[in-house]
Amino acid sequence: MIDLKNLTIEKAHNGFKNGDFSCRELLEEYLKVIKEKNEELNAYLEVYKDALEQANIAQEKFTDNTATILTGIPFAIKDNILFKEHIASAGSKILENYTAAYDSTVIKELKKCGAVLVGRTNMDEFAMGSSTQTSAFGVTKNPYDITRVPGGSSGGSAVAVAADMALVSLGTETCGSVREPAAFCGLVGLKPTYGAVSREGISAMGNSLDQVSPFSKTVRDVEIVFNMLSKHDPLDSTSVPEVLRNSKVKKQNPLGYSHTGEAKKIGVPWHLFKEGVEIEVQENFRQSLKKLKNSGYEIMDIELPYSKYSLATYYIIMPAEVSTNLSRFDGMRYGFSAEGDNLSEVYKKSRQLGFGKEARRRILLGTYVLSHGYYDAYYNKAIRVREKIKEEIMKTFEKVDYILTPTAPMIPFKLGEKLDDPVAMYLCDIFSAPANLSGVPSIALPSGISKDGLPFSIQFMASHFNEDALFHIGKDFELAMQ
Amino acid sequence: MEDLAELARIELTGGEKKEILSDMESILGYVKQIEGVKIEDVKTKNELYNVWREDVAEPREFSSELITGQFPATQEGFLKVRKIL
Repeated sequence: MIDLKNLTIEKAHNGFKNGDFSCRELLEEYLKVIKEKNEELNAYLEVYKDALEQANIAQEKFTDNTATILTGIPFAIKDNILFKEHIASAGSKILENYTAAYDSTVIKELKKCGAVLVGRTNMDEFAMGSSTQTSAFGVTKNPYDITRVPGGSSGGSAVAVAADMALVSLGTETCGSVREPAAFCGLVGLKPTYGAVSREGISAMGNSLDQVSPFSKTVRDVEIVFNMLSKHDPLDSTSVPEVLRNSKVKKQNPLGYSHTGEAKKIGVPWHLFKEGVEIEVQENFRQSLKKLKNSGYEIMDIELPYSKYSLATYYIIMPAEVSTNLSRFDGMRYGFSAEGDNLSEVYKKSRQLGFGKEARRRILLGTYVLSHGYYDAYYNKAIRVREKIKEEIMKTFEKVDYILTPTAPMIPFKLGEKLDDPVAMYLCDIFSAPANLSGVPSIALPSGISKDGLPFSIQFMASHFNEDALFHIGKDFELAMQ
Repeated sequence: MEDLAELARIELTGGEKKEILSDMESILGYVKQIEGVKIEDVKTKNELYNVWREDVAEPREFSSELITGQFPATQEGFLKVRKIL
């Protein structure tokens, strides 16, 4: 028996090296749990048939000494990440049987490392949602309480790790889609700097916002996965070249720290959560602040006057990008097609029957904010507010090293809740939006358990390409939580 | 709503039109708050650089069989669609 609950990447790696267990044996342990729990939780939409074969190939790397730290590590993959010759449906009926014709860059990297891709996980349709309830393939349930949501849109990838059905997983974030499910499932979730990890081969939702983002049980595991995936990719035009990464870090380190441990100033924008945050969450947040003070951090009040418009700005920019991105699904190329008497009818019926309600809602909203007569009032205004938010956040990082907020304003809610009230659902991501709009990295960390046994979470933001600082403070906070 | 559905090439039933219209009113009601944000001219400080590569043919790894195999309708290896004109 392998202790999956307390397993980390480094422990697994040492286990392989010392011959305590093989790559195949570890995978088989996870497959056992999947068999036992997946029917109820619905984290995986599919367990890849070639997973065992991948584990055997990984084992050979240990025999011939070409193993890396990720060799043999079982990964769960969100259903919108392309893995050649495997289905990637993005949680949508319109892509139900779509088989990827090539590997996304992140999958290429994981294959190179010899990681084991266990299966693809459930998600809100096209990553549109905060609770994994809009998938065309059923809801995913929270392992802490199966009457509650796991968060979303990367809910399946979160549950796969939280319920010991994979050691680590990949999700994607457009606005909180990894940090919020990490919060709801008691995990660590990292949204990298925009442009750090390649978007090549990821079904696009909002191109100016999307980032592949890892989940794990510990900060160290997220760090290992991020370091492996963070590199310039010429196939993604928004991927940032290495030289610019370094110059950005330098430019945003006016205090000239020689290492991240010197960064001690945490800014808290209290004015952003005067209302709309559950009392238990506020209480936990204050306790977390105390722990950080005891660990030697200095807490300062900060004001982010433009950032309070983040979510409103996001719900203009994102639908605009969605309506553009999803126009390629026209019933012509990706398998699903509805019958119609003429071309226009094929388009309209395929999109009516292939897309779920939330996807159609966002396409129409995006069409509206981009349409003649409304473009200036909505889209144009939103991109200007976005610039202001970005400027404000970058200026704030001249005074503080971190910005801290609760990850989500609530603890996991009941299945079925908020489905009929889109704005209430959108508000789950109110604290996520500033990092996505400004492109800075942000990490969600478990910060305790409620009286009902549900996880709490806090999140830090740092300046562009300063993920190392997030890992540093994350590890300090993990120690403080023990 | 009918105009938008036409622009977005999505067919909606009568019930859906009503439902989405009411959803959109509440979402627009929320996002409208940005109307009140006062912004003087925004000068973006983004540093621009060229991301285009040289125009030379490079091999790409993808399977054309997999791509064409997923077309709903084909004829002699081509994608078959309804008459456009």
